[in-house]
Amino acid sequence: MSDTSLPPVERAPGAKPSLSKPSLSRRRFLNLAGVGAGAAVAVGGRSALAAPAAGAPDPNIVPVPDWTRTLGAPVNENPYGKPSVFEKDVVRREVTWLTASSQSSVSFTPLYALDSVITPNGLCFVRHHGGQAEIEPDKYRLMIHGMVDKPLVFTLEDIKRMPGRVNRAYFLECAANSGMEWRGAQLNGCQFTHGMIHNLFYTGVPLKTLLDMAGVNPKGKWVLAEGADAAVMTRSIPLEKAMKDCLVAFAMNGEALRPEQGYPVRLVVPGWEGNMWVKWLRRLKVGDQPWQQREETSKYTDLLADGRSRRFTFVMDAKSVVTSPSPQAPLKQKGPNVLSGIAWSGRGTITRVDMSLDGGRNWTTARLDGPAMPMSMTRFYLDFDWAGQELMVQSRAMDDTGYVQPTKQELRAVRGTNSIYHNNGIQTWLVRANGETENVEVG
Amino acid sequence: MWKSAEKILAAAVLAGALAATGIAVADPQPAAKAAATKGEKDKARQAVNVLTPAGASAPAGKTPIALGRPALPEEIAAWNIDVRADGEGLPPGKGSVKEGEELFLQNCATCHGEFGEGAGRWPVLAGGRGTLKSERPEKTIGSFWPYASTVYDYVHRAMPFGSNMTLSADQTYAIVAYLLNLNDLVPENYVLSKENFSKVDLPNEANFFDDDRETSEKAFWKTNPCMKECSGEVHVTARAQILNVTPDGDPPKGDLE
Repeated sequence: MSDTSLPPVERAPGAKPSLSKPSLSRRRFLNLAGVGAGAAVAVGGRSALAAPAAGAPDPNIVPVPDWTRTLGAPVNENPYGKPSVFEKDVVRREVTWLTASSQSSVSFTPLYALDSVITPNGLCFVRHHGGQAEIEPDKYRLMIHGMVDKPLVFTLEDIKRMPGRVNRAYFLECAANSGMEWRGAQLNGCQFTHGMIHNLFYTGVPLKTLLDMAGVNPKGKWVLAEGADAAVMTRSIPLEKAMKDCLVAFAMNGEALRPEQGYPVRLVVPGWEGNMWVKWLRRLKVGDQPWQQREETSKYTDLLADGRSRRFTFVMDAKSVVTSPSPQAPLKQKGPNVLSGIAWSGRGTITRVDMSLDGGRNWTTARLDGPAMPMSMTRFYLDFDWAGQELMVQSRAMDDTGYVQPTKQELRAVRGTNSIYHNNGIQTWLVRANGETENVEVG
Repeated sequence: MWKSAEKILAAAVLAGALAATGIAVADPQPAAKAAATKGEKDKARQAVNVLTPAGASAPAGKTPIALGRPALPEEIAAWNIDVRADGEGLPPGKGSVKEGEELFLQNCATCHGEFGEGAGRWPVLAGGRGTLKSERPEKTIGSFWPYASTVYDYVHRAMPFGSNMTLSADQTYAIVAYLLNLNDLVPENYVLSKENFSKVDLPNEANFFDDDRETSEKAFWKTNPCMKECSGEVHVTARAQILNVTPDGDPPKGDLE
């Protein structure tokens, strides 16, 4: 059994944690930030990378570059396709001290390097509880039983032949996203503080279609969803939600699910915590009460300051984070800069995002661009002219239910600091005069 | 009709363009064949037997879906492993604290410690009573978990880590009995069974309540959040770099795809 709660490390203000960690040197910071060792964060002048000597022609123009003068690689050089070699650092990353085993652990989405609203399939964060199951599609089976008229077994082909196939974009956020930040600023990068989220177009069949085929008994109120992995992951889902908008999905962004995302079939539970989106879905059981499984009692319940615990906190509240600048994506130049981030709400559609550059004293409404769909990631921008002053950058999301993303102080006032899950407080990035950016708390 | 003609034209233009680059293009005829009269299209539509999801009100002439097959009782039995808080799903069997201790030492203690105290970052399973309001709560079976059924279900389902579903029903009862004993919930001579399972209540059960955020956190629904001069001077109160626990920039080694 591995600890899945991703608890924060012991933290005393100003003190190093008791766990021994490799030091994050300045050189490493620069590497992580994609700036490269030896290259200073270029602030206040032209970028050193492409600057020609004064008056001389740019060597990237004169002479004509090699890539223009010689034939490039053939069309099928990479039959699947890969990112540019220059983007090799844009990868998922693990925080190895966080969990006892890397089979029951998490690897985070590099949000700092991404734009728009759809997460590339290979960069979607991964959370396993018993490692990644490899299931041959011909051997895949999905069983529906319990309080139904006809217990049924489906093959993958059966699911792909079902009428009523749909395409829907939804975010999937782990309930423990930002869970390490309850007691204060801890991890230095939005990949680690907010990277347990991805946003994809799913193709699948409404769960209702399958449940209707089996015929749900009128006394049925809950559905147990179970995975075929070595954790045999289970969650109880209210029947009302199952019939409303859940999907049995077999494709992400147009291609088959990646194995780490539940190939060949996963459950999609829009707007609700990621743990419920059971991967490698093998079984759906209808019953008249929740099953009180480990992942809905011991884990994924929210311990409050008074010692009581909230359970079945399924919905992910509205939340946002600035991805640029952020510790891994510092500001590199004065003058025009595009500040950007993502916002999402499990309760509906993002209607507005405000940004503050002074730690929450004053706010400006950011520009939303791209689709703003319910329970899907929304991209925001603030076109900004930086004079090189210190910034305390924040974002504040609002959704169409009127919910406003709270500050961390507001959240702690009602929940304490032992909740682990559902930390949707406003994030602050401190941008220094040299562009270096750090995860901080303000007050 | 003119739309179809446009399609043919578009296909021909595309074919010409690709031909110019040396790419062979399939006959654009399918587009021409698709150009049928409205009457022909209607006839074709009638011939298609449109399927309707079961349960939906199927208009006359439409067929309910016939996909999947009945699940056999032995198939259901093979996968139907869940155990509920009311004991539904518990298999026949029994196991003693003493047997459980032996099994736990063999199968579980490496990660969880001989007395459930936990090793490294592996979960602590015993102790922690009275810590839930403290700065460092210890959430164990005895201090936090609401139902003993969850222990049975999870141990059988997912443990031991790496060789799950290898424990028999009797062995699982025994390990659960030992864990309950470690948490001072049953005596050393206790034998746990399907029959007496429902007598075991965990002390923290009453402290769980259903999601009430829409009422308890109603203040977060505000129509007009402050935009100007919302606070006094703002200062940095905590910094991540001081903690120094962020992984460094070296990307993971190996084949990522």
